[in-house]
Amino acid sequence: MLKNRVLLVLIVVGLAAAASLSFVTHAPNRLLSGQGVSWAVVLGAGRWLALLPALPLVVGPFLPQRRAAHLLIAVSASALAAALLWLAGDVAIRLADPSTPSARTAFGGAFWLIEAVVALAAADAVQRGISNPAARIGFGAALILPMLALIGGGAIDQLSIMKEYANRREVFATAVATHLAIVGAMLLPTLGIGLPLGVLVDRRARLRRPVFAILNIIQTVPSIALFGLLIAPLAGLVALAPFLRQLGISGIGVTPAIIALTLYSLLPIVRSTAAGLEQVPSAVVDAATGMGMTPAQVFRRVEIPLALPVVVAGLRVTIVQAVGLTAVAALIGAGGLGAIIFQGLNGSAIDLVLLGVVPLVAIAITADVALKLAVTMLRMRSG
Amino acid sequence: MKRWLADPLIWTGLALVLLVIFMPALKPLFAVLFPDQDRPLFEQDSFINLTLAHIGLVAASSAISIVVGVTLALFVTRPAGREFRPLVETVVATGQTFPPVAVLAVAVPLIGFGAMPALIALALYGLLPVTEATVAAIEQVPAGAREAARGIGMSPAGRLRQIELPLAAPVILAGIRTSVIINIGTAAIASTVGAKTLGLPIIIGLSGFNTAYVVQGAIVVGLLAVVTDLAFDRLGGLLDRWKRDDVAASA
Repeated sequence: MLKNRVLLVLIVVGLAAAASLSFVTHAPNRLLSGQGVSWAVVLGAGRWLALLPALPLVVGPFLPQRRAAHLLIAVSASALAAALLWLAGDVAIRLADPSTPSARTAFGGAFWLIEAVVALAAADAVQRGISNPAARIGFGAALILPMLALIGGGAIDQLSIMKEYANRREVFATAVATHLAIVGAMLLPTLGIGLPLGVLVDRRARLRRPVFAILNIIQTVPSIALFGLLIAPLAGLVALAPFLRQLGISGIGVTPAIIALTLYSLLPIVRSTAAGLEQVPSAVVDAATGMGMTPAQVFRRVEIPLALPVVVAGLRVTIVQAVGLTAVAALIGAGGLGAIIFQGLNGSAIDLVLLGVVPLVAIAITADVALKLAVTMLRMRSG
Repeated sequence: MKRWLADPLIWTGLALVLLVIFMPALKPLFAVLFPDQDRPLFEQDSFINLTLAHIGLVAASSAISIVVGVTLALFVTRPAGREFRPLVETVVATGQTFPPVAVLAVAVPLIGFGAMPALIALALYGLLPVTEATVAAIEQVPAGAREAARGIGMSPAGRLRQIELPLAAPVILAGIRTSVIINIGTAAIASTVGAKTLGLPIIIGLSGFNTAYVVQGAIVVGLLAVVTDLAFDRLGGLLDRWKRDDVAASA
């Protein structure tokens, strides 16, 4: 009878959210909290037909656990997620009234929860149906395409988050570019210091404890405190050596952000570099030496390739962490998506907060998935 | 006496307590360090109050994280809950890629400004490392130990209490440590959503260009995090020693 309890629990949670929270809300302006729009309005005039992809999900818990059933559920979940997005955008178009341009239609709690549940159902189905890790990631990424097509095609342009975007197209583009540039700029000193330090720690066991003790203390200090503590020394440094100001260095802004991000990134990079080198079997190194390779050749042609998957796994942790910390760096004037989030929080403008949060989370997850894929492919190549 | 002096936990802890209590006495020092500031000391609230509020917020949210996280992990490592394990692992892995700031910012529209959204955001975010560590800890309990316990007729509950949990304790503690340290940092940022924490002097200092406030808040919250980390380190050491003694006693 019941073959998949996980899916059943997800469906119950989704239905409970649909019954107790509003799918979209409508408010006279962007600062007031909105009134829920009833499901009768959302699904009226035959629009409920858009929910047909939900059918395979509802019968899913009782289907035999075969590959075809899992793939059907994953594809249906993808279609349902897109349908829900379209329904929300469609209500917003219908409620839009040229005489009240400041009125806002926003996603409600039920929208976010149901989308989350649908995403989890898809992820669970992909995990059950596909065993190859690289294929899993590729298939999962393809499931997002219908939603991206809808957003790109303007189906949700009347929703409040997209209106905030339309009002701030350039600010938004600059924020995303700054955010990515800070994360990218952090990588240079991180790899330049972290990789050699990791090799050194692997070669000189004596250094291991003190190096990791210091890096761990740095990692422990809260981000906002580390950013703040860099302001005064940097400002003092610039006052002592004014030519630094010409280089664009100052106590607030991008300089302390990149320094702090680098300090935080050293622990995962050094740890993974040392761990990667350590797990290279000594028999392999001995064999390479026996074949007449010099230590430099052994390092370049044997140790680096074998350590690479572990190092890239550490790089994944570093980059995902840096994407989040860069948002905090907005508090010291570094810009980026955090600036949009904090501006929204200060003005109690929730849609503006979301305009910062949604792309922030999207960047973090994309970086995570892309680097996981890289690790998987490196492992397959060397394994 | 000498060991006492060399103990970093004792002197950082002492430094934290003294700094929090006697911060007002340092006003002349900050006046010299930051001569441009009219108000060189954060006085809108006492550092004692801010520190206690910060610790209270972290303690309350961590307590929720630990209870819910360990329960969830125990559920998915029992035969009855095994089917839910991939789902929970997906949620935990994806959730940890969410930046803490994002979780905090999203809690506001759902719950409103103040301490409540901060508490819920911290508890939810702190749940992830605890769950992850507990699942890993239970998994690495040697199958032999489980089999032996079953062989001498222990009930599933008895095996959990007397075999699995004690053997898993150090790894679970490491997860709790990660969770609490992240929460101390996130609680500081939570003053941007209206929670009273040690982040308050930092935020007010940053928006009002008063670097003295920033330094005061940053040093106290930084010390708090370091002291907490050292305390967990000590706790882990005690747990290891206790486990060894226990094994030695039963051998």
